[in-house]
Amino acid sequence: MPESSTVKDVLSSSVECRTSPLRRFSLTSLHRNSLGVFCSEDNVQECLSHISQELSSFGLPPVWTAGGGSELNIVAVLNCMYDLIQLHRRGLRTLENMEVEQLKSNSNVDFLQLSTTRLKEQLEISKRENTGLLERERQLQLKVKSLQNCLKNEKEEVQKLQNVIASRASQYNHEMKRKEREFNKLKERLNQLLVDKKEKKQAIDVLNNIGRADGKRSLWKTEKTEAKHEGEMYKTLLSDYDTRQRELQLENAELRKVLQQMKKDMVSILSSRKQAAKGDKHEHGGTQAASEEEDEVFDSSKDSVELYCVHAREKLTNSIRLQWRRLKSHVERLDSQVSSAQTSESKTADAVPRETHEEEMDRLKLEIQQCKDFIQAQQQLLQQQLSSPCDEETASLLSDCYMLQEKERLGDEWKTLEEQRKIFERERRNFTEAAIRLSHERKAFEEERATWLKHQFLNLSPFSDSKKPSLSKSKSAFLISAETEVSAAVAPEKFIKHQSEPPSCVPLTSPSTADLYRTLCLIPEDSSTKPKTKMEHVEESSVFCGNAPVRHKLWDDIQDRTLSQEKNSSI
Amino acid sequence: MLWLSYIMQQKYYSVPKDENEGGLVLFCCSHQATCVQYRLVVRDVSTLQILQLYTCLDQVSHMEWSSDSLFILCAMYNRGLVQVWSLEQPDWHCKIDEGSIGLVSSRWSPDGRHILNTTEFHLRVTVWSLCTKAVSYIKHPKACQKAVDFSRDGRYLALAERRDCKDYVCVFVCDDWHLLRHFETETQDLAGLEWSPNGCVLAVWDSCLEYKVLLYSLDGRLLSTYSAYEWSLGVKSVSWSPSSQFLAIGSYDEKVRILNHITWKKIAQFEHPAILDSTKATVYKEVEKRPAVGSDEMSLHSITIGTTLFNTQSKYEISPLPVQIPVVKPDPDRANPKIGISALAFSSDSRYLATKNDNMATAVWVWDMQKMSLQAVLEQTSAVRCFQWDPLRPRLALCTGNAKLYLWSPGGCVSVQVPAEGGFQVQSLNWHCSGDSVILLGKEQLCLCYMDTDQEDK
Repeated sequence: MPESSTVKDVLSSSVECRTSPLRRFSLTSLHRNSLGVFCSEDNVQECLSHISQELSSFGLPPVWTAGGGSELNIVAVLNCMYDLIQLHRRGLRTLENMEVEQLKSNSNVDFLQLSTTRLKEQLEISKRENTGLLERERQLQLKVKSLQNCLKNEKEEVQKLQNVIASRASQYNHEMKRKEREFNKLKERLNQLLVDKKEKKQAIDVLNNIGRADGKRSLWKTEKTEAKHEGEMYKTLLSDYDTRQRELQLENAELRKVLQQMKKDMVSILSSRKQAAKGDKHEHGGTQAASEEEDEVFDSSKDSVELYCVHAREKLTNSIRLQWRRLKSHVERLDSQVSSAQTSESKTADAVPRETHEEEMDRLKLEIQQCKDFIQAQQQLLQQQLSSPCDEETASLLSDCYMLQEKERLGDEWKTLEEQRKIFERERRNFTEAAIRLSHERKAFEEERATWLKHQFLNLSPFSDSKKPSLSKSKSAFLISAETEVSAAVAPEKFIKHQSEPPSCVPLTSPSTADLYRTLCLIPEDSSTKPKTKMEHVEESSVFCGNAPVRHKLWDDIQDRTLSQEKNSSI
Repeated sequence: MLWLSYIMQQKYYSVPKDENEGGLVLFCCSHQATCVQYRLVVRDVSTLQILQLYTCLDQVSHMEWSSDSLFILCAMYNRGLVQVWSLEQPDWHCKIDEGSIGLVSSRWSPDGRHILNTTEFHLRVTVWSLCTKAVSYIKHPKACQKAVDFSRDGRYLALAERRDCKDYVCVFVCDDWHLLRHFETETQDLAGLEWSPNGCVLAVWDSCLEYKVLLYSLDGRLLSTYSAYEWSLGVKSVSWSPSSQFLAIGSYDEKVRILNHITWKKIAQFEHPAILDSTKATVYKEVEKRPAVGSDEMSLHSITIGTTLFNTQSKYEISPLPVQIPVVKPDPDRANPKIGISALAFSSDSRYLATKNDNMATAVWVWDMQKMSLQAVLEQTSAVRCFQWDPLRPRLALCTGNAKLYLWSPGGCVSVQVPAEGGFQVQSLNWHCSGDSVILLGKEQLCLCYMDTDQEDK
């Protein structure tokens, strides 16, 4: 359908809209005057009645009442007009809507037409395809038919060939038999000929007959020997069967034992289950009878243990079978229970345990780490302890663990250390001697001083009193320093004494390993401030650690200190 | 490494080279006999000293010790002659002439006093007695794979017979050659028979055209019939376990089937797949290492070319799974196709079974009979010629036609170089009954290989 025409229609109708009432009026009105105007001075009355009619037909209140005279009720007229305008507007709007609707439906129709054409095409195509497929099917069916024919032919061929083979085989067999017969005849003939021919006979030429292997003489063939042979044969057979029967009996006994064991186990398992499931049984009244039957079976099986007759065997196997079935069902039930429990567990309580698991894991990991640290620290300490001379005994005990090379190295270092120590000792001895000398000198000096003081005191003078306290103070200070100096001078002596003893001897004042560890770490900085006894230990341990520069430094330190001590003492 | 320690000494001597015919070598418990053409030499096993020398009338084609090791039988098939020599009395002699009827096979009876000769065309079997000079005939013996078998205790002889185009089995009492049983077998074409080691059951099998194994009791009752499949080629080899407990049947379908002695039903089936991918078995692969020869060694090399060519070092390596075993496709147009289990052997304790599949000629398979599973596979570089179990220990010796002896035991596997000059190629081997030594047979030489048992025990 052409779209433009509708548009034109719409346009024309819209154009007509304004003119149509006039035209319509002109066509319908009986009161149309010659001028072509609807209302004139003359036909007001008619117009009024006409309009009122028209209005009433529209369902509007009349503008003019017949009784009311010729004046118009302006309000009513205006209302009417307004209503009319409203009506007109509404009409226009509906018209527009209708037009839109029409457009829509037009387009719809177009679309539908298009789709129908497309579908038609598709239909065409599928129809064509269908015919093609049908053709193919026909062809295939033909092929199948031909193949079936072929198969039939082949089968026939096979059958024929089989027949041929069979006939050939029988023929062949027949021929074979014939030939064999002929062959046999020939053999016979040959045999006969050879036997008849006397020129070269079979012969045996033995120097002298030899005895039988068993030493017996050969016997004449009699019926007795025949019977004896039969008897022997049966004897061997019998003995064979005997041995076999014995073996089987043994095997059977073994199997029976196993069976009984199994049964016993089963019974014990089932009975325990029964006890456990007693409460369960109350719920299922039906199983009660079964359990009773079970009991009965158990009882009956007890006395059949030693019986070997067929009946008892049957009973045994039956009871075993029964129990086995029961056990199987029990196991199956357990299985299902377990699986159901697992599923329920996984459903309900999965998240919580995992968390707890993780927590636990973390905790355990931490613990492991701590333990590891602890072990490491211990190992370190142990190493130091081993390397320190204070644990010489344990070291000697553990000497097997040391590598030989390590040992040698240590020995070398030990030697150097020994040398150094000797020097050190000598030096120290010198120092002590010097100290002793000094103390002697000091004593002498003090004595001198005392005498001098005494002297001073004796020839006391009033002005010299002020000097006295300061002197005494200085003396006390001096005394303290001298004391420390003396103790310092004595300590090395003590130590030397220890070192001169065999190395297995443990020093009296062995510090704890932890202390050692600490001191070892603090050697370079605090060595000068540390007490002397500790210092020595450190020095020796450092020898084992093999850090020579530290040792030298220490040596220097010690020398410095001793020097400073000397200085101190010389004050 | 494991084994080298107890291969202490190897004695070898050469057979004169101008006699290109291969010699015969035979062990009994204390003696060892060698024969080259017409000369028979008997030596002491431990010292290899020559004990006796005999001269036969012609080239010896077969020789055999009597069960008590007192006599040696030498058969000269082309002359139809058998000569017997006594070890105790060197001047004692015995000559059996089969005359113009011919001779194809000669053997001792278990008592060592009778000789069974099979004439040409299998006309008959002649039983000669050395005690009485008596002769008896057994007619219609069947010409097949294994027509004669003595029970292990030497009391009975089973013999396959073909009469009126039907197969029969005769059971004789060896004492006086009394026919104990004579029964027809349900076979198309009987191929072989074998007594169980306890002598109570006789296994009889059909020719390869039909898979059929029949088990007869000593008194001739049919105990059981076993057939695994139809139409295709069937039984190739059969072997009893020493305990009489199992009967192993190797067939053309590359499988071994084990029957039990109670129900005579199949209890296991051993397949021989070309690809081993999921097995608990150990796969030993022989790896050859040729000694690198520099250019400066060329002159030396050219002199000793024989030794260096054959004396390539080799050792076993355990190859990881999956393992592909080389397979040779047999020619379908040829008769007796090279496929299927041709050799089966139980160890003396019935614990292991060694098998060889013909289209995998380089591999020997060892099966554990307790677990009924594959224990080991030995993959050699060349085709296995022969293998044999130690008569006392679970120890397998094999050779592949080169200068090496290969040994397997549950503990491991080793290859041992035979220290011989020239190209010594081990064609076959034979254990001594004590299990202390192995005789290795080359083309022109033989080598006696002693095992140091003390070392092994440690």
